[in-house]
Amino acid sequence: MNALGIRVKVATYGELEPQMGQPILINDKRIALFKVTSGELYAIEDRSPHPKGGVLSEGLVSGHYVFCPVYDWKISLADGIVQAPDEGRVQTYKVEVLDGDVYVSV
Amino acid sequence: MKHLVMIGNGMAGIRVIEEILKQNNKMYKITIFGEEPHPNYNRIKLSNVLQGDTTIDDIIMNDWDWYRENNIDLHVNEAIVQIDTNNNQVISERGTIVSYDELIIATGSSSFILPIPGANKDGVTGFRDINDCETMINIANQYKKGVVIGGGLLGLEAARGLLNLGMEASVVHLAPHLMERQLDSTAGAMLKNELEAQGMKFLMEKQTAEILGDERVTGLRFTDGSEIEADLVVMAVGIKANTKVTHNTDIFVNRGIVVNDFMETNIPNVYAVGECAEHREVTYGLVAPLYEQAKVLAAKLTANDVDGYEGSIVGTQLKVAGVDLFSAGEVEEDDCTKSIRIHNDFDGVYKKILIRENRIAGIVLYGDTSDGQKLFRMLLKKEDLTGITSTQILQTSCGVGGGGEDVASMPDDELVCGCNGVTKKTIVDAITTNGLTTVDEVGGCTNAGRSCGRCKDLVGDILAHTLGDSFDKDTATKKTLCGCTTLDREEVIAEIQEKGLNSTKEVMYVLGWKNEEGCSKCRPALNYLLGMLNPTEYIDESNSRLVNEKMHANIQKDGTYSVIPRMYGGVTTADDLKKIGEVADKYNVPLVKLTGGQRIGLFGVKKDDLLSIWKELDIPSGYAYGKTLRTVKTCVGKTFCRYGTQDSMSLGIELEKKFERLDTPHKFKMGVSACPRNCAESGIKDIGFVGVEGGWEIYVAGNGGTDLRAGDLLCAVKTKEEAMEMTSVFLQYYRETANYLERTSHWVERVGLENIKEDIADSETKKQLIERLEVTLTRYTEPWKEALENKEIQEKFYKKRQIQVEVN
Repeated sequence: MNALGIRVKVATYGELEPQMGQPILINDKRIALFKVTSGELYAIEDRSPHPKGGVLSEGLVSGHYVFCPVYDWKISLADGIVQAPDEGRVQTYKVEVLDGDVYVSV
Repeated sequence: MKHLVMIGNGMAGIRVIEEILKQNNKMYKITIFGEEPHPNYNRIKLSNVLQGDTTIDDIIMNDWDWYRENNIDLHVNEAIVQIDTNNNQVISERGTIVSYDELIIATGSSSFILPIPGANKDGVTGFRDINDCETMINIANQYKKGVVIGGGLLGLEAARGLLNLGMEASVVHLAPHLMERQLDSTAGAMLKNELEAQGMKFLMEKQTAEILGDERVTGLRFTDGSEIEADLVVMAVGIKANTKVTHNTDIFVNRGIVVNDFMETNIPNVYAVGECAEHREVTYGLVAPLYEQAKVLAAKLTANDVDGYEGSIVGTQLKVAGVDLFSAGEVEEDDCTKSIRIHNDFDGVYKKILIRENRIAGIVLYGDTSDGQKLFRMLLKKEDLTGITSTQILQTSCGVGGGGEDVASMPDDELVCGCNGVTKKTIVDAITTNGLTTVDEVGGCTNAGRSCGRCKDLVGDILAHTLGDSFDKDTATKKTLCGCTTLDREEVIAEIQEKGLNSTKEVMYVLGWKNEEGCSKCRPALNYLLGMLNPTEYIDESNSRLVNEKMHANIQKDGTYSVIPRMYGGVTTADDLKKIGEVADKYNVPLVKLTGGQRIGLFGVKKDDLLSIWKELDIPSGYAYGKTLRTVKTCVGKTFCRYGTQDSMSLGIELEKKFERLDTPHKFKMGVSACPRNCAESGIKDIGFVGVEGGWEIYVAGNGGTDLRAGDLLCAVKTKEEAMEMTSVFLQYYRETANYLERTSHWVERVGLENIKEDIADSETKKQLIERLEVTLTRYTEPWKEALENKEIQEKFYKKRQIQVEVN
């Protein structure tokens, strides 16, 4: 996917539930936005790198990781790296909070 | 950017591309031409498709998205007809002309079709690609008599497939025994016996002279004048390299396209890899050597230093129609060989080690292949056998327990888990660097033991050896809740009760979980256990449930969902049917299907439509997604059926209404039949009722799924009330004692039916089980209705966020 090089407002910080993912469609890019228990936000590509995919925004969130709901791969929200013994990486996106609004750079 | 063009879109070629992309994804613009209409699929698994174990979709290795994401220009259904090596161009059958800087030929091989009269008739096929599979499956729908020419691996797999498709399967073979390239006559005869027992027929030492019939095949005639009838002929006599694309070029072709150790042909910038290539006068047909070639070629093309490919000695681990085989090196004795043979006809095990000049020259194993890797390594390393006794040679390295010495002498590079290619060294390193203490943890880190599981004992031995004194056998084989804790289910329950823990977070914090917020295994398990132990106070955590139970709909692999409303006992009304029909129509539901549990499923529903569909249906959720009561299947029963002795529908409806939504360790299915003809299949349900004169028989722990198991008779009761009561008792006993995700079939095998019967025979125990279940049943509300009434739930789980932005 090519970067669009823009910053998009996607939500307000307050409306995001911790330990959950939110699917966001920006043009044709599918992004999963997560708020973890400690309050940090992460945005990653909403598709597991497993050959058959998996919608990551629906996955179970534990600490700074998400488990793919279809094939149970454990993926780091911080850098997108799939944890051993599986392999791969999903794209991560920069997230910023300005005046309570959440922006994702795509 | 240089342009890399590949002719062929199969396993060996795509492995080259994957390796190149891994090294440097900016180096080439890549174009691939494939003759077949599919993306790269696992050709090895074709026999599973034919045998009905898997579908074509499941054997796709690189889907369309993979090509797109890697910017590969893929042309399927488009064969290359000419290579112009002077102008560095390829020309396709559609007239596409593409220039290349580097060209890979990876056209694979095709079935060798015997050049005999009639070989082009309808109903004659090879067995090499998806198209061949589809041809066979279609013919099997209409015809009966299948004949396979060739009794090698491929031929036998094809014949097994034809049997599964309901055809007769006769195998015609030229040699006196089957698989003569891998097996000797003894093993070949054992295999033949086994396959005959499975229903195959064999015509040995027969050479086909002609295929009979007009347009369509009707039979075969052999060189001895005899004939056999046939509706389908599968040619599986061998494969030949596809080299047609090199016609009218100077590329040198012998049996295959001739390449050097770096997969280079005699023409600059043109390479060949895989089954179409001939290296040092050998063409290979197994995947391991082809992947080795792919690695060398990728390194060459990314300008990395690499040792050339030196050819492979192939050790073949095979499974033919359920029989394990291993074969490597020479097969037949001659004057200079001596052999060690073990032949246990009773257990169906045969082992032969051929020894030439004190070194292993060949291995044939039938039935038990556990020694295969060890012997193969001795063969490759040409180990001198002087002074080693034959029992030592054949002693299995996988001995159960106490294998410390074997493990110590086992070389680092020996494969422990053949399924996943994990060596002893990988396991030892994982244990020491990550401080692992259990077999499951080793599996988690390395994949060892996660496929067939046969190597788990050996992994245990390696653990014992590596950890030395700190090894604790009980810990190592203990079934912990998951990798986050060293406690097992019983210990966790004891702690929860003793310390009064009441949330997953508390449990994980107080009991020292390794991962603060657990994982996808323990969170759902803890959520279940807490709700089971403390039904009145524990607040269910949706975030600790996996997606299906959280969303109250089944997620499909493309991210759409299915909606399956309740249909109590499989009984419906015109009103409900109308609503289902209208919803399916209005929301363009791609698939409306009767499920196996006697209800109607709407499949392929978009997440955005879930709430509106539930609202318009106004029928409770069927919980087709949950670890809970799924359905109660019923027959028509005595109300309408002349054989029925009981009112199965009303018992079924009552059961489903009472127990729906109850959380259970795994899914739970019920069946109610009104007579022993058992139309509702009560014998393969978690609990099943069979009506007899004067009462009901109750069967438990049946399973119609992965592990087919007939239910055991728990008891017989006289009335519907007693049947309901016994269901409560059994359900609650299962809820309280089974491991999370343990079906009743496995649970009953583990704890023993007699023990269960004995426990619930006590009237006080029975009373308490029923009481605890009744309290639990008050916990639940209808989830679809709840979602429709609760703004917070809608916001949290079903909100759609879609943003359009202008891009400059």
